[in-house]
Amino acid sequence: MELLLALTIGILFAVGVYMILARSLLRVILGLSLLTHSVHLLLLTMSGLKAGAPPLLGEKADSYVDPLPQALILTSIVISFGVTSLYFVLAYKSYQKLGTDDTEQMRREADE
Amino acid sequence: MLHFFLLLPFLLAAMLPLLNKLTKELHPGWLAMAAPAFMLFYFLSRIPEVSKGRSLTASVPWIPSLGINLDSNLDGLGLLFALLISGIGALVVLYSISYLHPRKEAVTRFYVCLLLFMGAMLGVVLSDHLIVLYGFWELTSITSFLLIAFWHKREVSLAGALKSLLITSFGGLAMLAGFLLLGLAGGSLRVSELIDSSAVLAASPLLLPAMLLIALGVLTKSAQFPFHIWLPDAMEAPTPVSAYLHSATMVKAGLYLAARLMPIFAGQAPWYILLTTSGLITLLYGAFRAIKQTDLKALLAYSTISQLGLVLTLLGLGSVYPTGSTHEYAVYSTAAAAAALFHLVNHAAFKGALFMTAGIVDHETGTRDLRQLGGLLRFMPLTFTVALAASLSMAGVPPFGGFMSKELFFGSALDAMRSGSWGTAAFLIPVIAWTASAFTFVYSAIFVWRTFGGSRRGEQADASHAAVQEAPHKQPNDARHATMRAPVQETPQDARYETLQETPHEAPLSMLLSPMLLAAAALIFGLFPGSIGPNVLQPALDSLQPGAAEAFTELSLWHGWTPELLMTLGVFIVGGALFLIAPRVPLLNRPLRVLFSWNGVFKGGLRNADRASERLTSLYLTGSMRHYASYVFLFLIVAVAVTTFMTGGFRISFSGMAPVTVYEGIAVAALIAAALAVPFAQSRMMAIILTGTIGYLVVLFFVLFRAPDLALTQMIVETVSVTLFLLCFYHLPALKREKIALRTKLINGLIAAASGIVMTVVALGAFSGRAFPSISDYYLKNSYELAGGKNVVNVILVDFRGFDTMLEIVVLGIASYAIYGVIGLKWPEEKVVERNGLREREFRLIYEDARSNDVILQTLSKVILFLILTFSFYILFAGHHEPGGGFIGALMTSSALVLLSIAFGAKTVRSALPLNFRIVTACGIAVALLTGIGSFAFNMPFLSHAFGYVYLPIFGKNELATAVLFDLGVYLTVVGITMTIILAIGRDK
Repeated sequence: MELLLALTIGILFAVGVYMILARSLLRVILGLSLLTHSVHLLLLTMSGLKAGAPPLLGEKADSYVDPLPQALILTSIVISFGVTSLYFVLAYKSYQKLGTDDTEQMRREADE
Repeated sequence: MLHFFLLLPFLLAAMLPLLNKLTKELHPGWLAMAAPAFMLFYFLSRIPEVSKGRSLTASVPWIPSLGINLDSNLDGLGLLFALLISGIGALVVLYSISYLHPRKEAVTRFYVCLLLFMGAMLGVVLSDHLIVLYGFWELTSITSFLLIAFWHKREVSLAGALKSLLITSFGGLAMLAGFLLLGLAGGSLRVSELIDSSAVLAASPLLLPAMLLIALGVLTKSAQFPFHIWLPDAMEAPTPVSAYLHSATMVKAGLYLAARLMPIFAGQAPWYILLTTSGLITLLYGAFRAIKQTDLKALLAYSTISQLGLVLTLLGLGSVYPTGSTHEYAVYSTAAAAAALFHLVNHAAFKGALFMTAGIVDHETGTRDLRQLGGLLRFMPLTFTVALAASLSMAGVPPFGGFMSKELFFGSALDAMRSGSWGTAAFLIPVIAWTASAFTFVYSAIFVWRTFGGSRRGEQADASHAAVQEAPHKQPNDARHATMRAPVQETPQDARYETLQETPHEAPLSMLLSPMLLAAAALIFGLFPGSIGPNVLQPALDSLQPGAAEAFTELSLWHGWTPELLMTLGVFIVGGALFLIAPRVPLLNRPLRVLFSWNGVFKGGLRNADRASERLTSLYLTGSMRHYASYVFLFLIVAVAVTTFMTGGFRISFSGMAPVTVYEGIAVAALIAAALAVPFAQSRMMAIILTGTIGYLVVLFFVLFRAPDLALTQMIVETVSVTLFLLCFYHLPALKREKIALRTKLINGLIAAASGIVMTVVALGAFSGRAFPSISDYYLKNSYELAGGKNVVNVILVDFRGFDTMLEIVVLGIASYAIYGVIGLKWPEEKVVERNGLREREFRLIYEDARSNDVILQTLSKVILFLILTFSFYILFAGHHEPGGGFIGALMTSSALVLLSIAFGAKTVRSALPLNFRIVTACGIAVALLTGIGSFAFNMPFLSHAFGYVYLPIFGKNELATAVLFDLGVYLTVVGITMTIILAIGRDK
C-alpha cells in the first residue's frame, strides 16, 4: 500500500508542479492545492499506514496509528485553505484590474 | 565604570532630542557637552593609575556562545586616544555652539550624530576584542557618513559622504577578514591574548594574508595613497566635523590600529615595508598637492593626508624589530614609535586649531578661497595669532610641539638609513622626509600669508568677472554665504570690502576659545615636553613596544647641532624660497594635470560595478513567475536528492507495508486518473471539479488510514473551497489553451517529473527507515494523564503544541484581513439605502438577485441549518475526546452559514447575524491568548492547561479542561476568518 501511495504522491506532486509552472493564475492556484494534497499524503505515509486504531484513546486498542502527522496535516489543511483563498482573491482582483490572468502578459505590461 | 563612560555618549545621543524639547532656549550643544566633559574628567583622573603600567579592564558578555564579549581595556595607548577623543570632542562641541545657528540648522541631529560618533570612536580605542573593535570601526564610518552629509540637500555633500563610506567600509570589510584569519591563526580574537601568542602567529601561513587585509583597513581609514581621495571630498562636512573627524579622531583610527597591532606584527617585513612605503608616498604626495590648493579646507585636507602619512611612516619604522629584539638599531625603532605618538598628539592640536580658524574665516567672510582672501590681519588679529601659532607648529618651527616631533622624525629617518635594513633604497627615507617637510613649510606659510597677510584680492566686482568659477572646493562652505562669492582675480589693489555685505570682524570669543586652547597646547607640548611625555606618551609607548626604554625624559628644545637640526634649517631656507617663488612657478600653483586620476578610477569602478551588478541581476530576476517557481523547484530537487543520497536516506524496504485491498486499489487509480486529467482540462468548471474530486478522494484516504479528524476537516474545507471557487467562477476568464513553445513545455514537464520522482523517493525513504526515534509514543502515552484528553490529535493541537496553533490562527487572521483589504469593499450603509430610492434599487438588484429562488432548497436548508449548527457545537466541545475540535466545528458552522447565504442571500445572513466577523476573529485570538496568559496567574508557563473532573447528574463523570476554552478561541477565530473571506468575496461585484 505504501508503495502505491508513494507513487500517487509522486504523480500528484508532479502534476502540481507542472500546473504551477503554467501561465494562467487559475492553473497556478489549482496546482498549489494539488501540491498540498500530495504533501499531506506524504506526511501520512511517512509513519506507516493502518498500523493500528485511530488515535482516540477511547477505542482501548492495543496500538494506534501515529497521531503526530495527523496533527501536522490538520494544521496544514486549515492554513492552506487560508492561503488558497488569499491567492484566489489576489488572482481575481488582479484580473479585474489588469484584464488578464496570464502572468507573462502581466509582466510585459509591467515593463511598459 | 569603563563601560559606563563607553555608553555615555550613546545614552546622551538617545536622550538628546527629548532633553532639547525640555530646554527650548538652550543650544543643544551645551547638553551634548556633558558627554565629552565627563569623559575627559574621568580619563584625566585615570592617568596616574595607567601611567604606573596598570591597565583597566572590564568585560560584559555579548555573544558568549561565540566567545565574543565586550572586553574593554584601558591601557596607555587607549588612554592617549581616549583623551584625544574626549578633549578635542569637548573643544569641538564648544566651537560648534557658536558655529551652528540653533534655529537655522538642524542642530539636534548634528549633536546626536556627533555623540554617536564619539561613542563609536571611544569603542574602537577601548575594545580588546577584535570583533567588537570592528563593530565600532564600522559605526565610525556610518556616523561619519551622516556627519559629512549633514547638509544633505547639497549634492556634493552626499557624494563626498558616499565616497568616504564606500572606501572606508571596503577597507573595513577587508580588515574583518584579516581579523578572522588572525583569530584562526592565533586561536583568539582578543588583542591581549594574540600578543602573547605572537610566536605561534609568526609561524602561521595565515599571517601574511591577515596582515595584508588588515593593512587595507588601516590605509583606507587613514586616507593613505591611493585611498586618500575620500578625505578632500569629506571637507563638505561642517567645519566642526572636519576639525574633529578629519584631524583628530576618525582618520587616526587607522593609525591606532597599526599602533595597537604593533606588538603582534613587529618584525614582519611585509607589514613594516608596506606601512613605511605607503606612509612615505602619502607624506610626499599629500604635501605636494596641498601647496596647489586654493581652498582653505582643501589645503588642510591634503595637509592632513600628508601628516597621516608621516605618522604611518614612523609606525612602520617602529615595527621593524620584533619586541624585545637586541639588535643595535632596535632602540631607534623605539624612538620612531615614540615620535609617532608625539606627532599624533601635536597634529591633533595644531590641525584642530587650523580647521577651526579656517571655519572662523569662512564664517566671518563667507569664503574659503585663498585667491579672494588676504589682509584679514587688520580685522581678525586674534584669529591670526591662533592660525600663526598652529601653522608654525605644523611647519616644525621651534619652540612648538611640531618642531620636536619633526626633529624626532628626521632622526628616525636617518637611523633607518643607517640601520641597513632598507637596502639600497634606504637613502630615500630621509630624502622624502626632508622634501615633504619643505613642502609642509610652504603650505603652512601659504595658509597664514594668503589669508591674513598682504591685501585682500579680488574684491573688485566687475561685471566681466561675474562668471563665478565653480568647483567643489571653491564653493563657500556655508550655504548662508552663497551670495558673497566674489569673482576670482588677482588685483594688487588695496583692501576694499564693498562687495561684502558686512565688514569682516573678529569672531566671538566663544568661537575663538577652542582654537586658542589648542594652539596653546601646541606651544606647551614644545616648550614643556615633560607635560605629557612621561605620564601619557610613555605608557602609550609601552603598549606599542612592551618593555620599551624611556623615550621622553631627555626631550628638550635644544639638543645641540645635530644633523636633524641642520635638516630643519635647510627646510626653512628652501621652504621659504619655494613660498616666495610659488606664485610664479606653474608647477607649484596650478592644479595638478594628470593623465591618470585616482578619482577617475574610483568613479569608473563604481559605474562599472553598478552596470555589472545590474546585468547580473537581470540574468535571473526576469520578472517571470515561471522562472522563479522553477528556481524553487530545481533547488528543491537538487537539495533533497543530494541530501537523500549523501545521508543514506535512499533505501527502500518493502517489509511492513500494509496490504492493498481491491477497494483501495480503485481509489488510488481514481485519484491518479483525476490528477493526470487536470492539466488537460479545457474549461474552468472541469478543472475545478477535477481538483475537488481529488480533494474528496484524499478524504477517502484519510478515512482508510484511520484519521477521522483529518477526514472531517478536509471534507468541510473542500466544500467551502469549492463554494469559494464557484463564487469567483464567473469573474475569472475562460481557461484558454495556453500557447507555449514545445521546449518550454518539455522543460516544465521535466522539472515536474523530477520533483515527482524525488517526492516518491522521499516518501519511500521516510517510511523505510527512521533516523531518530519518534516522539509520537510520548503523546499517545501522556495524552490522557497529562492533558486529560482522549483524542490525541486534538490534544497535540490545543495542548502539547498549543503555541503553534495559537500562531497559526494569527496567520489565518492576517490572511483573512488581507483578503478583506484586497477586495477593498465598503459595506453598504443602511441609511444611504433608505434615503435614496435609486441606490436602494441598485442594492436590491445586486443582493436580491443573488438569492436562490429554489423553494425546496430554502425549506430544507432551514432544517439542515440547525442540524449542522447543533452538530458543529457538539464537535467543538467533544473534540477533546472524540474526533472534532475547534477547527472542524468552526468550519462546519461556516458551511452552515454559507448554505444560508446561498439559499436566502447574503443580506439575510447579515440581518440574522449582525456580526462583524473581523471582530469575531479578533475576539477568538484574544480568547486563545487570554487562556494562554491565564496560566501565568498560576505561575505556570504560557499555555499550560489545567483539567479536572466534574460529576454532573446525568452525564456522570465529566472532565473540564481549559483546553476547551482555548479551542473555543480557535473556533471563534476560524468562524470569523471563513465568514470574512466568503462574505468579502461574495459581496464584491
